[in-house]
Parts: sequence; C-alpha cells; structure tokens
Amino acid sequence: MITINEGKGDKVALSRGDVADLARLARIQLTPEELDHLAPQLEVILESVARVSDVAAGDIPPMSHALPLTNIFREDALRPGLPRDEILAAAPAAELDRFRVPRILGEKA
Amino acid sequence: MTEIIRASAAELAAKIKSRELSSVEVTRAHLDRIASVDTEIHAFLYVDSERALAIAARVDAKISRGEAVSPLAGVPVALKDVFTYAGAPTTCGSKILEGWIPPYTATVAQRLLDADLVILGKTNMDEFAMGSSTENSAYGPTRNPWSLDRIPGGSGGGSAASLAAFEAPLAIGTDTGGSIRQPAAMTGTVGVKPTYGGTSRYGLVALASSLDQPGPCARNVGDAALLHAVIAGHDPLDSTSIDAPVPDVVGAARSADVAGMKIGVVSELGGEGYAPGVEQRFTESVELLASLGAEIIEVSCPHFVFALPVYYLILPAESSSNLARFDGMRYGLRVGDDGEGSAEQVMAATREAGFGAEVKRRIIIGTYALSSGYYEAYYGQAQKVRTLIARDFDRAFEVVDVLVSPSAPGTAFKIGEKVDDPLAMYKNDLCTIPSNLAGNTSASFPAGLAPEDGLPVGLQVMAPPLADDRLYRVGAALEQALTSKWGGQLLDQVPELAVLL
Repeated sequence: MITINEGKGDKVALSRGDVADLARLARIQLTPEELDHLAPQLEVILESVARVSDVAAGDIPPMSHALPLTNIFREDALRPGLPRDEILAAAPAAELDRFRVPRILGEKA
Repeated sequence: MTEIIRASAAELAAKIKSRELSSVEVTRAHLDRIASVDTEIHAFLYVDSERALAIAARVDAKISRGEAVSPLAGVPVALKDVFTYAGAPTTCGSKILEGWIPPYTATVAQRLLDADLVILGKTNMDEFAMGSSTENSAYGPTRNPWSLDRIPGGSGGGSAASLAAFEAPLAIGTDTGGSIRQPAAMTGTVGVKPTYGGTSRYGLVALASSLDQPGPCARNVGDAALLHAVIAGHDPLDSTSIDAPVPDVVGAARSADVAGMKIGVVSELGGEGYAPGVEQRFTESVELLASLGAEIIEVSCPHFVFALPVYYLILPAESSSNLARFDGMRYGLRVGDDGEGSAEQVMAATREAGFGAEVKRRIIIGTYALSSGYYEAYYGQAQKVRTLIARDFDRAFEVVDVLVSPSAPGTAFKIGEKVDDPLAMYKNDLCTIPSNLAGNTSASFPAGLAPEDGLPVGLQVMAPPLADDRLYRVGAALEQALTSKWGGQLLDQVPELAVLL
C-alpha cells in the first residue's frame, strides 16, 4: 500500500517569505518566479514528511549507519598532495598561485 | 559486431583471454554502437574513445605476453558520471560542474582500471543523483531502449540504458534510494546495491553520505557478480568502508541454488498503487522460486510505510550539507563576479545559475529540516524512525534468509509525465528506500514484461548486511528458470534501435 500521507500530517505553513529566508541561508538567489513556484511545492513535501514526528518514542536511539563503526586512523605517512597547477587551472579565477575570490568582507576589492 | 555487443561480459572476457577476440575489437564495437545509437538513447555524457582504445591495446599486449589478468580483463564498462576519473569530465549531470576535469580518480574507477577493464565513458544521471527518471539531468534526459518516449529510471538511467541498448556489457551505478535498482527494473537489467560500506565511496561526489553506495549493473546475474567482486572490498580512503572479506558473490551466482532457502514476501510492499502487471510478474517469480525448493513466508515490516518520509528528510538534510561545497570559489562554475559583489553574492548567483529545480528543492528542504528549532523534530526524529525500519529488517531476517518485493510500484512512465509533481516522482523509490536506510544489501532482477504495456518489471531481493551472496543465489536461480521458460534472456525482446550509419 502506498502511503506517503497525503493530508494526514500536521499542516506545515511555509510562506513565500520563509522560502526566501531559507534560500538566503542556502546561498541560492532564487528568482521571484521560482519563489512562487517552490513555496507551495515545498509545503506539500514538508506536510508529507512531517508525520515521522508521530512515530518514534523518545527512547529509540537514532541511527546513521548500518554497521557499528569505530573511528580508525590511517598511518600518518607522507604522500604527495594534488598538483597545484592542475588544481588552479580548474579554478574559476587564480592569481599568484592562489585561488582568487571575490571580496569576503565589507571592503571593496 | 552484433555478436560482440550482444555477448555477456563473461563470454567476452573468455574470448579476449583466449585471443579469439582482442579487447581493441571489443572496445571498438561498443564505441561504434555508441556512435550509432546514442544520439537517440543519450546514455552517455562523455565518451572516452581514445583512452579506452589505448587501455584495450595495453590489455591485449599483456595477454599476448602471457601475463596474468583479472577475470574481466579487456571488457568495456560504462561509469556513472558521479565518479571522478582523472582526465575525463565529471559533471554529475549538473551545470555547476560543467567542464570540470577532476585531478584524481575514485577508488571504484581505479579498481576497474587495476582489473584491466576498459572504461568507455561517463553515463547520464539525474543532477547530483536526485531523481528517479534521469529527467533532472542538466544535459537532457536518457531514453529507455524499450520505448523511446519512456524514462529509463533514475538516477542511474544512463548506466542502465547503456546496457539495454547494448552500448556497454557492464556499468557502474550508485544507489542512495534506489538509483541502481529502479533503473534496472525499468530497463530489464540487473542492478545490485551492496551492503553499505561494501564498496568505497572515495571519489564519488556525495549526495547523502550515510546512504550512498556504488554497485554493479549488468545484463545478467553472473556478470554482475564478476563486476561486484572487482569493485568491492575495504578501502582505507573511505572511513565507512567495511574491513571484512567480500562475500563470495561469484560462487553464489554459479550455484543458483535456492532449495531450502526461506524467502519472505513483505506484505507492506504491494497491493494498492502497484501496477497489475508488476504484481502479476512478482507473484509468478515468487511461485517460480517456490517451485525451485524455496520456502515462501509472508513477513510484515510495519515501519516500511514510513521509509519514504524518513528518506525525504534525511536525504535533503545530508545533501544540503554536502552540496555546500559547490560555492564557485575553487572549481566549477562562477557567476556574477563583476569585481563589486561579495563572495556571498557571487556564491548565491552561482548556485542559482548552476543548480536545477530539484536540487534547489532538496537543498531548501534540507536547510529547513536542519535549522535550529526543527532539527530534533525532523532530522533527529527521522534518524530514530530509521532505527525502527532497521529493526523490522532484523526481526524479518531472524525468520527468513532474504526478503522479496517488486523493485518499483510501476513500469517506466512517459518522459515529462511526473516532472512537476515531486511527490508522485518520489513514490518510485518506495520499495528500494528501506534497504538504504537500514544499510543492508539489495538487488533488482528482471522478472518479465508487464502484460498491459510490454515494459520490464523487476523483482527486488533484500538480504542482511554482509550477505550480498544470497542476492546472487536467488537472482541466478530466477534467471535460469525464466530464461529456460522464455527460451532466452529478457533483453532478447528489446526492440531493435534505428542505427545511424
């Protein structure tokens, strides 16, 4: 049986402004048309996933991996890094053997 | 040439080894096939002809010198465009990586090279593996060789279609929510998602790190097992890689023995919403396995109904974090750098221009699910329900050796049909997602054609973590029984493609 809960979960209200805020956090400069289109779609998707909050009780441990993993370390051996010139050749902009980036603070470039 | 492109990988390897055929001949036959049919199928984003032929020539030389070679030496393989392969462009189906040539090679690709396989090129996929139809590729959809107006499944539609169109005898995919298995079902091919940690994720552009898993795609079960054996095994470069021997998948595929095996039918994966032809072929496959000596038991996995909502919280959350690396600073696209705008503005303009609609949808959902105040209610809660789904599997595997279900609720739908209805699109992965969440191993095998539309149906087999060999045992038994019933393989029935001369 297919149930992704159409209409059963909590009503999620997601305004156009909320989506604009989220897009700003995600560093995506959405167009006004995209905001109009996305807001109702996201609301439907979020409503359909919201019902996971009704399922598990507090004492269930969260899971991220199938098998119990313990942290292990590789041998601390020297190995060559990636070739600088090749990496910089693939950069959108490079200068003086470094990545050139737009200004990161308030000052002018 | 027809004999070459229709041969199995095992047959090609044997003929290359005995020097009845050369790897160069075999590689050239596949490159010719790609040249003549891929304008229609669009399985490939990049064809690496020159290097493929050079590798093939090296393998031929090795064999003529009498050197030891691997069981698949000289056989061509198609690589999903989510893997880095130094010197070949890697786009992940996205404009944000257009033209990027990675300076390093993924472990899976390296193992193919080390085993003397010939990488033909990079296959089409939904952008960053987000999708079930390959329609989300920024470079245009792949078409299903069974019916050119249909989707080949996704996200690995290119890899699956390359097999069904006889452009490659083997392919590599990745499976985060079904991206190997659902395309296999849509194209009448074999696709296996190994146990999480069974194959290395190093050099794979990450979608959802706790779910992503590379795996083999092939036209028959034995070929899939041979490819599985080549790519699997511990990799110190992947911190979640399992340091344990690879299960004997090749031996299991050869045995094809299900006598006495306990096979569980998941009662939650079927019924309302499933196409009649899917249910019919599924039921027949289960009956066939019973006739071969398997014991069939109905099993309930009550939390599987929550798999889809759990997945669509965990996946966007993890992918919104992973895709933060595409910021237009060090590689890939950069837009709006006019000397005035800040790095942040350039980043936002670049991501707006470089990402497609589905990627933006999921990044924003992930940003929402991870934002403070919602984290516990969404991501935290989803991780707990994930535990409940894994416990359903554990309980089932106390009673049965493997579980079975249809691989997808329907057959291949028409291109464009579900593009603007994300929820309808997401339902394609209903049957495949539980195994990604629990991390166990799972596969899709051809089960026949749905009578109503003549399109392929897949049988999904799920096994416990590290019991990948059981999938091959069941898949090979089914394949033997069905091919003797049909008098050949399912793909013998795929329509001839118009060949450009």
